[in-house]
Amino acid sequence: MTAATSTQAPTGPGWRGRVGKALPYILLAPGLIFLILFFVIPAIQMFTYSISTGSVEEGFTITWTLDAYREGLETFGKQFLNSILYGGIATILCLLIGFPVAYTIAFRGGRYKNLILFLVIAPFFTSFLIRTISWKILLGDEGPVLGPLKHTLGILPGTFSLLGTPVAQVAGITYNFLPFMILPLYVALEKIDYRLIEAAEDLYANRAAAFRRVTFPLALPGVFAGSLLTFIPAMGDYINAELLGNPSTRMIGNVIQNRLLVQNDYPVGSALSFILMAGILVAVALYARALGTEQLTG
Amino acid sequence: MATAEATPVAVSTAPPRGSLWQRVQPKLLPAFTVLAIIYLMIPIAVMIIFSFNDPIGKFNYQWNEFSLQGWLHPFDWPGLGEAVRTSLVVALISTIFATILGTMIGLALTRYQFRGRGSLNGIIFLPMATPEIVLGASLLTLFVATAMPPLAGKVPALYPTGFTTILIAHIMFNISFVVVTVKARLQGFDRRLEEAAMDLGANEVTTFWKVTFPLILPGVMAAALLAFSLSIDDFVITNFVSGTTNTFPIWIYGVIRNALPVQINVIGSIIFLGAVALVGASTLRSGRAARIR
Repeated sequence: MTAATSTQAPTGPGWRGRVGKALPYILLAPGLIFLILFFVIPAIQMFTYSISTGSVEEGFTITWTLDAYREGLETFGKQFLNSILYGGIATILCLLIGFPVAYTIAFRGGRYKNLILFLVIAPFFTSFLIRTISWKILLGDEGPVLGPLKHTLGILPGTFSLLGTPVAQVAGITYNFLPFMILPLYVALEKIDYRLIEAAEDLYANRAAAFRRVTFPLALPGVFAGSLLTFIPAMGDYINAELLGNPSTRMIGNVIQNRLLVQNDYPVGSALSFILMAGILVAVALYARALGTEQLTG
Repeated sequence: MATAEATPVAVSTAPPRGSLWQRVQPKLLPAFTVLAIIYLMIPIAVMIIFSFNDPIGKFNYQWNEFSLQGWLHPFDWPGLGEAVRTSLVVALISTIFATILGTMIGLALTRYQFRGRGSLNGIIFLPMATPEIVLGASLLTLFVATAMPPLAGKVPALYPTGFTTILIAHIMFNISFVVVTVKARLQGFDRRLEEAAMDLGANEVTTFWKVTFPLILPGVMAAALLAFSLSIDDFVITNFVSGTTNTFPIWIYGVIRNALPVQINVIGSIIFLGAVALVGASTLRSGRAARIR
């Protein structure tokens, strides 16, 4: 960073060389300063609040207390469990749906490859909120799905409903984050030399074995990246819980936003955010070890 | 975006009249994919179809009858026009800033050797790996802190939150995405083109603007498009830092407790169709450029 000071003095014979040396730092400085101010310092500030006591009216003082963490964990253990459970189920569902789709695009896509990829990312062109509202319309008690099933066909009892159940909530989460799973899986599968799979089949393997011993291991980096890209936002989500779930299916995201935006309880809100962050980091580390590939992040 | 040449199909010769399973099995994966794509498209279809609804009462949850009312009066709801305008302005300004800052970092990371480059490459990923809710929550704590002792008065107060803080948040979360996109483009860059320009007498500045920049421009444009769409769609982070200022998603979130106006579907459909047209046009253009080359 010190080299950035040599930006002045464009005189003298060696200035070009010196500017040349400083150039990477000059290019980096504005963006990095911005990220330090508004990514690093906020994280420090949040940690500070999590070990502070006080209120918005009187101000907060650092008291090095862990009360906020204790209160957070004791009171909202259920919401943490909901986040892990629903986020986890949605991630597994995304993997089960996403893998065959990514496989098909990569190996059977042919000339439709770009079209299918485009359709996979098309949901991103609509607001996340509107997509979730669309599910609320679809799954409504008298909506386009349940209405006919209840009244025209009479398969379901009139009291049956999906909205406000964990099923609707998990379906919503799965839907909203599915493209995040498909894209990295596709990138990983696309890189596989198809001749390896053919070789496995030529040599000894039936198709299941070739998949298990060749295709899947080679796709692991995609499985890793896709699961993280799905699980991390799913854990922190609170829109699906609010629009499609019910009060007892609320996740930790709902609590964090309630504490910080409604109750102005900065210590507990900050502590919960920190636990979420730390939990995710631990989960990522464990997951990376479980998959056992060192170049996963490469 | 060049399509790969015909990928080898696993079962290229159709088995002549095998069992039912043998005939069905090769079609399973494509069929499953089609179903998955339909699943992805359903909510979009619902959004567009219900934009033509004439809802009974205030909630557009049930189909009643066809109507063009929403499309004829797309902003006919208090605060909606203002919110859409704010969204567009925030997206535009944050895209410009994030694209400039991110492209500079991307250039530095791919073309120069300097101390700390390796770790910086990893650090730049952190904002993308952090849950949005944590990003939003931590920004809010900082903004609150600027208005309270011990910081109050010593730094510019960023609380109460509003337009400025939304802008800051959007620039922040977009920088990393721009860096990653621009880096991907720069990786395949042939440096000999620049050396040739220098050999022919161009200085660094001329070389950059006449050779480097035009070559990385498609990557920069892709990054800007991504940043714009992320910004215009963002709800989670914005919700923490918006105060009483409404962007389009924040406005929706506020209104849906009391009503579900058909205008939400109309504006959503317009944004969707606009984005599709934009991406379609740029894909066509780059496809043509690739063919000319």
